[in-house]
Amino acid sequence: MAVYSTNEFRSGLKIMLDNDPCSIIENEFVKPGKGQAFNRVRIRNLKTGRVIERTFKSGESLEGADVVDMEMQYLYNDGDYRNFMHPDTFEQYQADAKTVGDAALWLKDQDMCTVTLWNDAPLAVTPGNFVELEIIETDPGVRGDTSGGGGKPAKLSTGAVVRVPLFVAQNEVIKVDTRTGEYISRVKE
Amino acid sequence: MLNCIRAFFLERNVLEVETPLLSHACGTEPQLDFFTTIFEFAKPEKLFLQTSPEFAMKRLLAAGSGSIYQICKAFRNNEVGRFHNPEFTILEWYRVGFDLNDLMDEVEALFAELSEYKFESPKRIFYAEIFEHYTGLNALVFSFETYSAFAIQHEIQEVITFCGKNHAIWLDYLFSFFVQPHLGENGLCLIYGYPGCQSALARLNQDNSLVADRFEVFLNGIELGNGFYELSDSIEQNRRFNNEIQLREREDLPKVVKDKRLLAALESGLPDCSGIAIGLDRLLMILVEAETISDVLSFDIERA
Repeated sequence: MAVYSTNEFRSGLKIMLDNDPCSIIENEFVKPGKGQAFNRVRIRNLKTGRVIERTFKSGESLEGADVVDMEMQYLYNDGDYRNFMHPDTFEQYQADAKTVGDAALWLKDQDMCTVTLWNDAPLAVTPGNFVELEIIETDPGVRGDTSGGGGKPAKLSTGAVVRVPLFVAQNEVIKVDTRTGEYISRVKE
Repeated sequence: MLNCIRAFFLERNVLEVETPLLSHACGTEPQLDFFTTIFEFAKPEKLFLQTSPEFAMKRLLAAGSGSIYQICKAFRNNEVGRFHNPEFTILEWYRVGFDLNDLMDEVEALFAELSEYKFESPKRIFYAEIFEHYTGLNALVFSFETYSAFAIQHEIQEVITFCGKNHAIWLDYLFSFFVQPHLGENGLCLIYGYPGCQSALARLNQDNSLVADRFEVFLNGIELGNGFYELSDSIEQNRRFNNEIQLREREDLPKVVKDKRLLAALESGLPDCSGIAIGLDRLLMILVEAETISDVLSFDIERA
């Protein structure tokens, strides 16, 4: 794997730190007029999601991490693992609950999502920004209410619970922003 | 800003000069990275783009120019960031017969005019005092154990690895991250009495050889410049050049050419003087409250 020096640290670069794959968030160059230069770097640990701050002497280097984001289709949940497939190669990947994390709330069979692979094994799963899911449980709809105020909880087919406006009824399909977990609109079949 | 600076020096009878940006030689500091180019005439020869006009200006001083100032471009390779562009503008001036206090007075006077007196009154603080205030450490006497304990306490263990037993790098780090951000909130702050290991081209203090006759200028937590009571001893200067060249070789850094013409000028006699360089792009940043240096440049290096 390639080695990157502090000058090459850019946002999004994947590197190995303390044996974990990490992604560079921000790299700040700090240098006294006469003296040693440093880089203060904000780094996200891709395994734990934690963000840490680390300082390097300018010119130090880190090994790159073999981390790639790949668009894949979510196939099914076999109980222990969630299964994904690369749409071109048909290669399949399995990810455990820990790896999938909160993305599980938004994964519907056949939907496309982003699977982050580290050394060819799933490291994280990111759902699409918007998903369309069916409401399987909510209080009956209230006719005529079109304002956004109030709302009620609705349980979706994946198990996620979102707040929806009062007029939205059970068995309807809605569009949700997975980044905020917020209701966007109803989806007309 | 430039008009104000020129009027300031005109009033004080300081001569504006211009010296070459390209030179046969360069500074030797291990932390400096150069731009070089090739002079193609006859025998191809490597030339350096200056990192500051210091050496050429000192040669003028030795030749009897009297007090001089210059506004010019300087170049430092591999320096890019919120406060750094590899090509930047320097204001550098030398005052014959000035000691460090006289020069600090003049810096304060210049900044007062430039900022139209909108900042609070300037402060002068001794390096070791402010260093101890923010870190609890003794800046002048290095102790690997107490410095490391500080790093562990602040969860910055990586610093112990890369600083090791190098006192100067420890000071660079601790000062940059723990002290500097507090300096000169809404006002000018002059830090003087730098530890001897960070003397660069300054003299060591006559009364306390642990400190150098050097000060730095901070405004709103941003470093703007360095002032020195200039070293005029050519033998001492040559020794520091050689030390730094050896250090560069040990660390496998690009080769540099030491400035024999500067050494000759020092030998012939540099008048007693103090000098300072101020980064004008950063000063402008503060005066117009810009977020990054690229906001005050026509085109930064990415777009040059």
